[in-house]
Amino acid sequence: MSSRRSGSRITEDDLNELVAKLQSLLPEARRRSMGRASASKLLKETCSYIKSLQREVGDLSDRLSDLMSSLDDNSAQAELIRSLLR
Amino acid sequence: MLALHFLRALVRINQTSDPSRCIVAQRSRRIKLAAYASIALAAGRRRAWSRAVLCSLHGRRACRVRALSRRRVSSGKKAKGVHPTEQREGGGQVGELRRLVPGGRSMELCTLLEEAGSYIQCLTAQVQLMNMIADSMSK
Repeated sequence: MSSRRSGSRITEDDLNELVAKLQSLLPEARRRSMGRASASKLLKETCSYIKSLQREVGDLSDRLSDLMSSLDDNSAQAELIRSLLR
Repeated sequence: MLALHFLRALVRINQTSDPSRCIVAQRSRRIKLAAYASIALAAGRRRAWSRAVLCSLHGRRACRVRALSRRRVSSGKKAKGVHPTEQREGGGQVGELRRLVPGGRSMELCTLLEEAGSYIQCLTAQVQLMNMIADSMSK
């Protein structure tokens, strides 16, 4: 694939290649629910998947922060973390 | 590798933060930053997105307050649209992908897709790791 693409239109072959590449990035469940998809639909699904992952990181950070509030220094959980780092 | 970076960061956060409830949100932000730092460190500097994450975190560490207000202003600027010479195939979706992938705005379309794939893989691994840690801490 040419690297000098900025400013010029994509060919149909390039587009098909991009569509296939994008489709392989998504998890099986999302791929199955899409069936045959256009490049635009795939891009939308990819964006939606990245946003959901980023949201999950945020939610899990909140959850971990809450759990750490109740973490006692001498608790088994603290020991687990310490032992994993040895 | 990912687990090591993230767990070390968690221990550091736990040791340096006050257990009072009023800064649970602050600790949550630190955990989130540690999560992104971990995936960037695990991916290494060969990925453009990981370099972009590490650069932005470095700036953030240097001046947290200014970075927060800059982000509010710049997120408004980002919404105004992409660079005019960028390809418009896929409509606004390409632009949105560029905004979501760190460092995506300056990438060629092919590179953007490869970087998006790598970014998705690392985010997925991080989410799995955080779920495991949270589940083990909940027991």
